Amino acid sequence: MECVFGLVGNDFAIVVADTSAVHSILVHKSNEDKIMFLDSHKLIAASGEPGDRVQFTEYIQKNVALYQFRNGIPLTTSAAANFTRGELATALRKNPYSVNILLAGYDKETGPSLYYIDYLATLHKLEKGAFGYGSYFSLSMMDRHYHSGMSVEEAIDLVDKCINEIRSRLVVAPPNFIIKIVDKDGAREYAWRQSVADTPAPSA
Amino acid sequence: MKLDTSGLESFPSLILHGNDVAGEISAPPSFDLPNSNDFDGFLKEAIQMVKPAKGTTTLAFIFKEGVMVAADSRASMGGYISSQSVKKIIEINPYMLGTMAGGAADCQFWHRNLGIKCRLHELANKRRISVTGASKLLANILYSYRGMGLSVGTMIAGWDETGPGLYYVDSEGGRLKGTRFSVGSGSPYAYGVLDSGYKYDMSIEEASELARRAIYHATFRDGASGGVASVYYVGPTGWKKLSGDDVGELHYHYNPVTPSTTVEQEMVDAAAA
Repeated sequence: MECVFGLVGNDFAIVVADTSAVHSILVHKSNEDKIMFLDSHKLIAASGEPGDRVQFTEYIQKNVALYQFRNGIPLTTSAAANFTRGELATALRKNPYSVNILLAGYDKETGPSLYYIDYLATLHKLEKGAFGYGSYFSLSMMDRHYHSGMSVEEAIDLVDKCINEIRSRLVVAPPNFIIKIVDKDGAREYAWRQSVADTPAPSA
Repeated sequence: MKLDTSGLESFPSLILHGNDVAGEISAPPSFDLPNSNDFDGFLKEAIQMVKPAKGTTTLAFIFKEGVMVAADSRASMGGYISSQSVKKIIEINPYMLGTMAGGAADCQFWHRNLGIKCRLHELANKRRISVTGASKLLANILYSYRGMGLSVGTMIAGWDETGPGLYYVDSEGGRLKGTRFSVGSGSPYAYGVLDSGYKYDMSIEEASELARRAIYHATFRDGASGGVASVYYVGPTGWKKLSGDDVGELHYHYNPVTPSTTVEQEMVDAAAA
């Protein structure tokens, strides 16, 4: 099952997601990137039905880009999160999307923030959050070791603790994880944590 | 794509002059609900009965020389084998192939539709569509029909400007880019043989033999797969069919019958009386 978790540190936010694409008992792919760049300073980590996950996050991404294009300034993380929640809520009683989202962003005025949006369109602004079976392990780990204003090294250390706990205790633990970070310099990939290397498609 | 809902429109009933037709309002279209205590359970069962299981084995992988695509050719309806000669590798255009798993009609129709869209793209843009673009077109169409019972588990394999491309697209709306995929009820068996024998630097002969072998092993163990193992190769100049071997014959090719010198009980002529 898909594991997504994230936390807010001192001037940055980190999100971690597993990278397996699974279909019943088969692992189709173990290097699928589930954390999308919403814009230069926002990350959206999504878990859920494969079709919904990609289609919904791309829809949000394009709408955020359209806003920036029309208005000349990007959306704040809070605005983007509320827009996402609104779209999920509108679709909920007609054609619901089964996607759980952790939206992490950095705004110049307010600093880093993390938003928890579940498939029922619940929205919470949090310091730390998690989805999936992995949340049973990562949430308590984060509750125990988290303190506000963590440095990048401390945060990565905590992330590794969570990943190791998931790997050792979850029965169908995903082998590989991707870590992405967002801070004043923008959103970027931080690292992979791989225990099974998948042969990547060679690029031209 | 707008769905054709003309079949759902109700027709006005004939209003005969003089008859008391005050209450004769054309009723909206309806159907009888089955008499059942547990309607939800009945509905679940009905869906399960109609829902076709993806009884097939198809696989595709990218290697140094291009893409290798292979599939079996059996169609089954539950325990009945309805055909041993189904074409499960669909030729979308001269440089792109699609594989069929799931509902045969769904796969054939939507691949043909994809071929049409690809050709329109070529005419409009004066260049061939990429494998990425073609697979996204198909994925978006299938996503818009999600929940309506389409059953499609397909791989789009082709060669475009960026080189070889392989995407897995299914009727749940999922789309994955990758180097090795296998789809269908026989896919776990095929994955085992494919994964252990795979090397990126393979020649075309080695790759086609690996593909054929993987299909053969899947048909051996999976009852819903069988018939003929077809292998296609997609290279820079387009696709080419390499082989189509009956898996029954392949079995004896891979496991030759050695005439044993010792027989359990040998009959000897009785001593000449």
